[in-house]
Amino acid sequence: MRNKFAEVIYDAARKDERICIVVADISPAGPMAKFREEFPERFINVGVAEQSMIGICAGLALRGMRPFAYTIATFALYRPYEFVRDDLCYQNLPVTVVGIGGGVIYSTLGGTHYAQEDVTIASSMPNMTVLAPCDPSEATAITEWIVGRPEGQAGPVYLRFGKAGEPDITKGAEPFRFGKLRYLRRGHDVAVLSYGVVLGLAVKVADGLAARGRSVSLVGCPTVKPLDREGIAELLRTHRQVLVVEENAPAGGLASAVKEIAWDRKANCDLKVFTLKDEFVHCYGSHEDILAEHGLSVPAILAAAG
Amino acid sequence: MSFALRNIPNDFDTEAAKTRCRAYRRRILDISQRVSALHIAPAYSCMEIVDCIYSGLMRKDAKGGSSDIFLMSKGHGCMAQYVMLEAFGILATAELERYCTKDGLLGAHPDYGNPGIAAATGSLGHGLGMAVGMAVAERNKALKGGEAARVYTVLSDGEVQEGSTWESVLMAPTLKLDNLIAFIDSNDFQSLGRTSETHPPFYPLAPKFEAFGWEVAEINGHDSGQVFRAVTGRKGGRPLMVIAKTVKGRGVKFMESVPIWHYRAPSKEEYAKALEILETVTS
Repeated sequence: MRNKFAEVIYDAARKDERICIVVADISPAGPMAKFREEFPERFINVGVAEQSMIGICAGLALRGMRPFAYTIATFALYRPYEFVRDDLCYQNLPVTVVGIGGGVIYSTLGGTHYAQEDVTIASSMPNMTVLAPCDPSEATAITEWIVGRPEGQAGPVYLRFGKAGEPDITKGAEPFRFGKLRYLRRGHDVAVLSYGVVLGLAVKVADGLAARGRSVSLVGCPTVKPLDREGIAELLRTHRQVLVVEENAPAGGLASAVKEIAWDRKANCDLKVFTLKDEFVHCYGSHEDILAEHGLSVPAILAAAG
Repeated sequence: MSFALRNIPNDFDTEAAKTRCRAYRRRILDISQRVSALHIAPAYSCMEIVDCIYSGLMRKDAKGGSSDIFLMSKGHGCMAQYVMLEAFGILATAELERYCTKDGLLGAHPDYGNPGIAAATGSLGHGLGMAVGMAVAERNKALKGGEAARVYTVLSDGEVQEGSTWESVLMAPTLKLDNLIAFIDSNDFQSLGRTSETHPPFYPLAPKFEAFGWEVAEINGHDSGQVFRAVTGRKGGRPLMVIAKTVKGRGVKFMESVPIWHYRAPSKEEYAKALEILETVTS
């Protein structure tokens, strides 16, 4: 996912001199190293200094550049939070904050490296757009949208990534459209709605439901903010059961937004949400292990779906 | 002081600067009578510095504009900036009359999008990082030819306590930003008292910046000639930090170094007295 991002940025930077990257001591592997070698004046490593990373990006953007701030999600968003809020969101600047390892994907590194409420925090700030690709090909489409967007849409973005090596799960899906739900499969009985890397788990949930004879829609929500409220209202209206699978805190993310929409639109489907717990879990293992500790596993979701 | 100002010619008309700064201080007093509170003393503290940046240091183009940039990092000093932008015709007088009212543009901190304002500040510790980013962007633009626009910024001494300021203090010389010129309005005051008493190790400031690779000048921040020569006389090749010794509330004796004037509007009587003092005292 992050390699696809770097490829798109490198290609775009060859044509667009406004594109620059500011990293905080993250090793620029793969295509990112190529960017640094070819455009050294547009690649800044601030070191372990994330407030400065965001402030410098703001200054660059105030003078016409289109910077990407790039580091691990917790350090990209939590450490410099007030800088993201004041420098980027308040001034509505075209800076993309790239958070690597959103959710609990750094499963062996512990709670200090879990960005388990990043989507909530990013979404809470006015002017912020929140995008979360589920696989490398969606990461490509989203990054292309960011670098190609017109001036009028060029505010701050929080781009929530996994890490590297995610499988492609959107093959054959309808294309990514900014601000719209993305159907990976269309059915008419149960809908599974998710975004980001955990959409891979939602695929398995959808498979399990299909094996039970259900007609399943599998729906991605790569644009978490601004949310496709009409699309979600439609989803709630056209399915008997809707399951939301989200790798983010229970409050302030997609799951709670879907519940708000269900209330506002008087939806009468069976709506069940599965998110991370409002807890710090003190355990280590694979990404799947930590998700399961939070209650996000295929068997647990299938059992709850009934 | 890292270089001797006395050997540097002074092309800045300091008498004219005194006249302007007295008028700016008077204008701020006038505005103070329309609002319940405003930052008078923080503006008086950096008056000569900001005046010299605008009227002496920023290079003018044929149309009287400048591609150089001024970023007020100590956002609470923005009354100084507002009255100067008014004098230049960049901010309408009507806007200063509507200062801090619901129909106006101007608040107690500079807001990005308002005429003449380079960035939104007010929260301390943000300005230097943004100034570093601006200086990089301007240097990159000049790679195709021409001289890079210079970025001037004024920090309060209090905001030098922010860790974020030090992150950028490290970055500016790392990036060899010789088009970045920062001033510290070193008035030795913050909310809970004199910094030299609350945090003695804060001083001396100059060796700290020198150790980080900045060119450093120490001056009297109310002497416009010194402000001007600190910049024109620099060696260059790296960012410049001018530590400007100042007096908070400078110009009105009863406001000088008295913490309450950080954010307070004078009464009618105090206003009349302050005006009288301004007329008789020269900077």
